[in-house]
Amino acid sequence: MKLTSKIIPSSEEFQANRDAHLEALERVREAALTAAEGGGEKSRARHLSRGKMLPRERVANLLDPGSPFLEIGATAAHDMYGNAAPCAGVIAGIGRVHGQDVMVVCNDATVKGGTYFPMTVKKHLRAQEIAAECALPCVYLVDSGGANLPQQDEVFPDRDHFGRIFYNQANMSARGIPQIAVVMGSCTAGGAYVPAMSDVTIIVKEQGTIFLAGPPLVKAATGEVVSAEDLGGGDVHTRLSGVADYLAEDDAHALALARRAISHLNRAKPATVQWQSPEAPAYDPDEILGAVPADLRTPYDIREVIARVVDGSRFDEFKPRFGETIVTGFAHVMGCPVGIVGNNGVLLSEAAQKVAHFVELCSQRHIPLVFLQNITGFMVGRKYENEGIARHGAKMVTAVATTNVPKITMLVGGSFGAGNYGMSGRAYQPRFLWSWPNSRISVMGGEQAAGVLATVKRDGIERAGGSWSAEEEAEFKRPTLEMFERQSHPLYASARLWDDGVVDPRKTRDVLALSLTAALNAPIEDTRFGVFRM
Amino acid sequence: MFNKILIANRGEIACRVIESARSMGVRTVAVYSDADAGAKHVQMADDSVHIGGSAPSDSYLRGDVIIEAARASGAQAIHPGYGFLSENPDFVDAVEAAGLTFIGPSAQAIRAMGLKDAAKKLMEEAGVPVVPGYHGDNQDPEHLAGAADTIGYPVLIKAVAGGGGKGMRKVARPEEFAAALDSARSEARTAFGNDAVLIEKLVETPRHIEVQVFGDGEDAVHLFERDCSLQRRHQKVIEEAPAPGMTAQMRAAMGEAAVRAAKAIGYKGAGTIEFIVDASDGLRPDRFWFMEMNTRLQVEHPVSEAITGIDLVQWQLRVAAGEPLPLTQDEITLTGHAFEARLYAEDVPKGFLPATGKLTHLEFPAQARIDSGVRAGDVISPFYDPMIAKVITHGPTRAIALARLTRALEDCEVAGSVTNLAFLGALTRHVGFAAGNVDTGLIERDLEDLIRAEAPTPQLLAQAGLAAAGLMEGGALSGFTLWSPLARSVTLRLGEEELTCVIHMQAPDRAMIEVDGEQVVALRGAEGWRFDVALAVPMAQSGAEITLFDGPGHVFSVIDPLDREAEGAAAGNLIQAPMPGLVKAVFVAAGDQVEAGRKLAVLEAMKMEHTLIAARDGVVAEVLAVAGAQVEAGAPLVRLEEEEE
Repeated sequence: MKLTSKIIPSSEEFQANRDAHLEALERVREAALTAAEGGGEKSRARHLSRGKMLPRERVANLLDPGSPFLEIGATAAHDMYGNAAPCAGVIAGIGRVHGQDVMVVCNDATVKGGTYFPMTVKKHLRAQEIAAECALPCVYLVDSGGANLPQQDEVFPDRDHFGRIFYNQANMSARGIPQIAVVMGSCTAGGAYVPAMSDVTIIVKEQGTIFLAGPPLVKAATGEVVSAEDLGGGDVHTRLSGVADYLAEDDAHALALARRAISHLNRAKPATVQWQSPEAPAYDPDEILGAVPADLRTPYDIREVIARVVDGSRFDEFKPRFGETIVTGFAHVMGCPVGIVGNNGVLLSEAAQKVAHFVELCSQRHIPLVFLQNITGFMVGRKYENEGIARHGAKMVTAVATTNVPKITMLVGGSFGAGNYGMSGRAYQPRFLWSWPNSRISVMGGEQAAGVLATVKRDGIERAGGSWSAEEEAEFKRPTLEMFERQSHPLYASARLWDDGVVDPRKTRDVLALSLTAALNAPIEDTRFGVFRM
Repeated sequence: MFNKILIANRGEIACRVIESARSMGVRTVAVYSDADAGAKHVQMADDSVHIGGSAPSDSYLRGDVIIEAARASGAQAIHPGYGFLSENPDFVDAVEAAGLTFIGPSAQAIRAMGLKDAAKKLMEEAGVPVVPGYHGDNQDPEHLAGAADTIGYPVLIKAVAGGGGKGMRKVARPEEFAAALDSARSEARTAFGNDAVLIEKLVETPRHIEVQVFGDGEDAVHLFERDCSLQRRHQKVIEEAPAPGMTAQMRAAMGEAAVRAAKAIGYKGAGTIEFIVDASDGLRPDRFWFMEMNTRLQVEHPVSEAITGIDLVQWQLRVAAGEPLPLTQDEITLTGHAFEARLYAEDVPKGFLPATGKLTHLEFPAQARIDSGVRAGDVISPFYDPMIAKVITHGPTRAIALARLTRALEDCEVAGSVTNLAFLGALTRHVGFAAGNVDTGLIERDLEDLIRAEAPTPQLLAQAGLAAAGLMEGGALSGFTLWSPLARSVTLRLGEEELTCVIHMQAPDRAMIEVDGEQVVALRGAEGWRFDVALAVPMAQSGAEITLFDGPGHVFSVIDPLDREAEGAAAGNLIQAPMPGLVKAVFVAAGDQVEAGRKLAVLEAMKMEHTLIAARDGVVAEVLAVAGAQVEAGAPLVRLEEEEE
């Protein structure tokens, strides 16, 4: 059952693939590192001069030393708002505190005072969604001026806008998912509800403030002149108002108090899967870069990826001789049993039926599913439509949509059309969805889209007796091709949180392991599938 | 031979005696105080008896209780070890009166040597050289000058009533004598109202050389000399045998003198004759003088054992049991060189203050003889001498024995208490000491260099930081991040200093650690962590304390940020009524200095009396309520002055 790789690491092709992947990777790395800088040199210096820790320092010192940190949306809002909101102005991710997985949401006050842009709200809500699905305690490191006023229409009124943050806090708390806030700076207006709605709140002395209206608004409204500290400082809130529970001396002390609060949660992970001792893959995960072709149009065997991800490169392939354009099978990732579904070509009816069968198996056995998505879509054409590929595709989509086992999706190539749905795209609510730098996502390929539009256009022209030269057609297709190229790039996708982040393919195994570990903080429920169109 | 003996002692010497007794097939009984109930010597002995409280006066000095314990446990003899009752002649009498054998000299011999002046006289009569001096009543200046001539220059003039160096003068040449005498006398007159002086030989480069003797009551032999010149305030630090620079002629002269001294009092058992030697002109047979005799086994006896191959405790037992001396003088030979270093729990930088603590980790090198009365987990208590161990090395030459000692000290791992290991290590590397130029003033002269604490390298600090973070054994995903590594801080205390290590964990086996302005790269390979290129040093971790054993050992404590709880409201200036009530009493007035916890006022409310106390030290700025006043909740009662930052 141990997979055998056919890749030759010394080959020119391997090296060429690797170089191309490294280039794509470098672009993402630069974007991520820039985002991690936050609001730039000046505002960082100003932040530090106030005796505050930088937001990433806060996260690090909240977590256990050496704790892994699975960051969500590390390049969120990339190339949006004129790059005014690096990382969307908020850091989110899963780390460990006293050995427990927690979701950390940390405002970056060096980015426009930590105010909420539309993507900030979306990221905050996504972090809460993950926490709710994975039953992860939430720690909010608050330092924010509230909604970004110029964009209030995209931040305030709708269902998935600012108010949803507190709705989520209340409902997670109701489900017994602890909500802890550490007020390390402003918490104004709506933001005041983050600490107020938390189960436990810590506030930093002479630094954190909580109020529904700040001193300027109070003066405007009632004429009362009051300092921020007297209006809603740490002393006031821990001694008089009771809005906060613990008074901290400084950031370091506040984080230590938060750690102590987490140590008293009395939570245990539910029993879910049968863990095994982890074992490294027989093939070096580093080789993924050379094993996977740089060009999306070049087909490759997804087992080459699986061999570099799973424990001992061991893979119990299910139905290997049936529906060969998709690979299904059982393996372990760092000791955690998983069912893997990986594309090995276009989706055909047999393949779709095989996946539906396999998803049923994993659901029955409570085995988490990992989707390795590299899909151009379902096969098209008369033969396939007539044999009912839509019916078989529907079975696959039904199974994937309704299963209750945790799903982790990794875009390792193309993600086009209905293939995205069947392979647990974003709409199918996998617990996590990650992308490789070489992946592309769009309703169809740019070529196909431009082709469809050109065909319609040509038909119109020719019906009217006109003619359309190849040059004219190419000129017509160019904007569409360019738009698709730009919008299908993983950084474009990740900026909008269509995924949870772009990851280094060499870290696929680690990312999957951490995603699974996080997901398994919640019990796995039995599945009741929808009606399968037989 | 005895079947069973009782050891009236504790610690390493009790363990040492038990070992020899056991090797001879003799059963042992340990005695112990409350503090020593679980001590190593108790565990080693065949039987044990509790003899009282932790203070020595309640236990190890209770002769009557110990004799009773010996009788009750069926011991036939008592070994006193050193210290405690070992040189107490009344105890010896009591032991013998109880029909038991005292393993040591007779009460009479102890008494003879106990009175220092009488002992000197006795020795002078036996032909043993004593420090020349004039202690007579004739205070005529000319007579005194004559006495000085007889003694030989340089001499020391001392006020008879003297102390603290007052009325003391060093005189190098006869022509300076008269003036020095005048000034010494006038100073003595002023200071003590008594201008009588005495004259003594001034030993300018004094060395402390002692001779190990052994007698059976009839005959006596010596086991050569030991040099104990490395002393600090009369406490021996490192001893060696033989004495550096010793000549055959000098050794013979000293040995013979020592044997004469022992025989003069019919000495039985192990004893030591201490001599002061004038080394200003090398070791010369006419420049050593009797100081005193120690009528017991000495702490430093192992160096004599090392060079002679003789088990002195075994000899003690044999002679006490009535056997004659096991060997004649001719049969006793000297081989090689030996050192002993005394490892203590003491705070060297703080003036060698005795320290206490639980030895959370204790490892000794296998290549040295270690005499120790403690094990890992044992406590160095304030009740007794804070010795941890004696480290003894032997070698064919002095240089080799010393190199072995240096190495052995480097390999000692002690955590849980500060130790003098660094100091001992510095001594073994002292150039003058290595060359054999020892005298009793060496340590005081070079003290500053010897106790200069060696600052740990950035690599060691990095190791401490990584250990403090609990990352020496990283998990599989330790340090994982998608793109930018996170940097975690840990704060350590090293001595008085606080150090922050910023740890950039990049992978389970790779980290970059910023500390003290340096960046250290840590990589883990098959042999463990390397910091830059230096392999991690052995370490011990117990609670928040980390000890790195790089030579003497560096002790770090991990600072918990929670230790500084917010003072917040507690540090406020205003003391308010917690609820409506009647002010029963106010105890302070404006201007009063108060300390935290001081009663300020009493409020009666809801049938209860509430005492209001000062939350911090400070000065009362004003009292805002009077006794008898009815106040509302939150009413200010006392205000303290603003605290100075």
